[in-house]
Amino acid sequence: MDLFEYQGKQFFASYDMPVSPGEAVTTVDDAVAAAERLGTPVMVKAQVHTGGRGKAGGVKYAADIDAVRTHASNILGLDIRGHIVENLWIEKASDIAEEYYVSFTLDRSAKQHLGMLSAEGGVEIEAVAEENPDAIAKIWVDPVDGLTADQCRQWVLAANLNPDVTDQTVELLLKLYEAYTSGDADLVEINPLIVTPEGRVHVLDAKVTLDGNAGFRHDLAPFDATQPRDEREAAAHAKSLQYVGLEGSVGVIANGAGLAMSTVDVVNQVGGKPANFLDIGGGANADVMAGALEVINNDPDVQSIFINIFGGITRGEEVANGIIEAMNRVDIASPIVIRLDGTNADEGRALLEPHLSDRLMMAPTMLEAAQEAVALAKGAAS
Amino acid sequence: MSIFIDENTKVVYQGLTGSQGRYYGMLNRDYGTQVVAGTNPKKAGTDVEGVPIFATVADAVESTGANVSCVFIPAAGVRSAVLEAAEGGVELIVVITEGVPMHDEAFFYNKLKADYPGVRLLGPNCPGLISPGKANIGITAGHIAKEGGPVGIVSRSGTLTYQALYELKQKDIGCTTCVGIGGDPVPGTSFIDCLTAFEEDPETEAVMMIGEIGGSAEEEAAEFIAANVSKPVVAYVAGLTAPPGKKMGHAGAIVSGGKGTAQAKMDALAAAGVRIGQSPSEAGDIMAEVVAAL
Repeated sequence: MDLFEYQGKQFFASYDMPVSPGEAVTTVDDAVAAAERLGTPVMVKAQVHTGGRGKAGGVKYAADIDAVRTHASNILGLDIRGHIVENLWIEKASDIAEEYYVSFTLDRSAKQHLGMLSAEGGVEIEAVAEENPDAIAKIWVDPVDGLTADQCRQWVLAANLNPDVTDQTVELLLKLYEAYTSGDADLVEINPLIVTPEGRVHVLDAKVTLDGNAGFRHDLAPFDATQPRDEREAAAHAKSLQYVGLEGSVGVIANGAGLAMSTVDVVNQVGGKPANFLDIGGGANADVMAGALEVINNDPDVQSIFINIFGGITRGEEVANGIIEAMNRVDIASPIVIRLDGTNADEGRALLEPHLSDRLMMAPTMLEAAQEAVALAKGAAS
Repeated sequence: MSIFIDENTKVVYQGLTGSQGRYYGMLNRDYGTQVVAGTNPKKAGTDVEGVPIFATVADAVESTGANVSCVFIPAAGVRSAVLEAAEGGVELIVVITEGVPMHDEAFFYNKLKADYPGVRLLGPNCPGLISPGKANIGITAGHIAKEGGPVGIVSRSGTLTYQALYELKQKDIGCTTCVGIGGDPVPGTSFIDCLTAFEEDPETEAVMMIGEIGGSAEEEAAEFIAANVSKPVVAYVAGLTAPPGKKMGHAGAIVSGGKGTAQAKMDALAAAGVRIGQSPSEAGDIMAEVVAAL
């Protein structure tokens, strides 16, 4: 799960890394009050789960309280790449002498952790990687061996950082690696890591993605509460369904992530637009199926529903009973097309047979079911 | 022949006393797999439907000759379970459990590589593997697979693995071994490991490969196939129309920064001479053509 900048800084601060004092606020008045407590000048920074804040006008320097008021009212409600700004981080402004870049993430090919360090921070690192790849010093860290101070020293040297801050940087890199591993982060990134005119190394931005699977070791609830979700995704999340909202009109329900993705693909292939990706997982019992149908049913854009089930361990007749029971419990607004295959599919189809109508149809293959669902969605739209 | 497991494989289930472990362990036994032991430090000396429970994998290996472990332990315990299995002396560790933290996976993958180089890890978050007619370890429904050959299957996705087995069985095509490598960020066994084993297996004459978006495993496999695989390979890649930046269920299935797209993977595989199906059933049709021409 992606953290806001201010949450990332709090996360870093808990590993004893140097961050600026600041306050998270949601209103202009609170922004002003925070700036008064911190003392101007401050930075007024939009908190959104996307990059490009600066270019979009979401990060402003405020020399005095009037400027805080002006910037806070301009930035709150701003649309940054489709993300509406609801939170601001008001932070004591820092003077900057140098800007660096540093991050840790998993290199899936090498199956080791990858650290990247560059003297060219404060700009988009993708651009640096493209135009001047030698400016990024990379280090691969074996998770068993961990990262040592000696390795960090070599790494700092390779990145051509200001030699005056080598010791401070080494210390920070070790803390950042500790935060990355002990904190169960998928990604930690500081851009920029700055050196102040007084020669202090300081964290000026924070991008942190935590591993939701590590919830048994950490309290992730405060971060979970601020994840961006559309209403449909929130409803599905509450039912423990794997759901991703899309823009189209064909509701998709499938068992297994791969099959659900494949179903979305096939709907697109035959000229339709899927409304969602929904994976009900392995055991498709009536409760799960009813929950999934409710989520799809509450999406006003859905014009038809494609249920694509491949029975492995799950048996066809259980799936069929699930669908029948779910239809009795939920008043479904759109026609349903089912493709049921795999274990005991014949028994399942036989159970569904008496319930078939122009509201519940069955198709022999994935492709034909997709074609039928797409035709129904298009018919309803015209 | 088959790869990794056969009729002589003896399996210990870590978590056999839990509901999932018991359910699938017994299904695997019904299939004909030699289910020889379970482990649970608190229930050593008891049994699950006749299968003896030991305190540790080492005890189970010593008493029963188990050479494979199948892990059904909840995610929080997987790291120590895997290390215990490696320490205990099995050759293959199959981790079915999903939701294992990335840092745990990265740790035990590298720990095994360094200290137990002879031990193969499969998963986590995988359906397991089946050598039809010989052994079935994990959660694949055995009866959807036809035994024999000539096709070997390797897949990153659970349900699409079943789909592939089923498509082939419908066409009366047998499978030597079907390996579900799982979709997690640090899979213990890769496409390349399986392709290597299938290339060496005389009974496997063609390989079906099922990939999905995210990461670069398919691209690496493509490079490997071009250089090292003489047998025909047919592939399907799920997630052609997945929107960038969205997680699609699996931890691994995410497209970011234009990398790891299904199209890029299909292009890489096609350039390596792999025939690509646009849907699972099309991949099945192509495989039928390939098998007919063998």
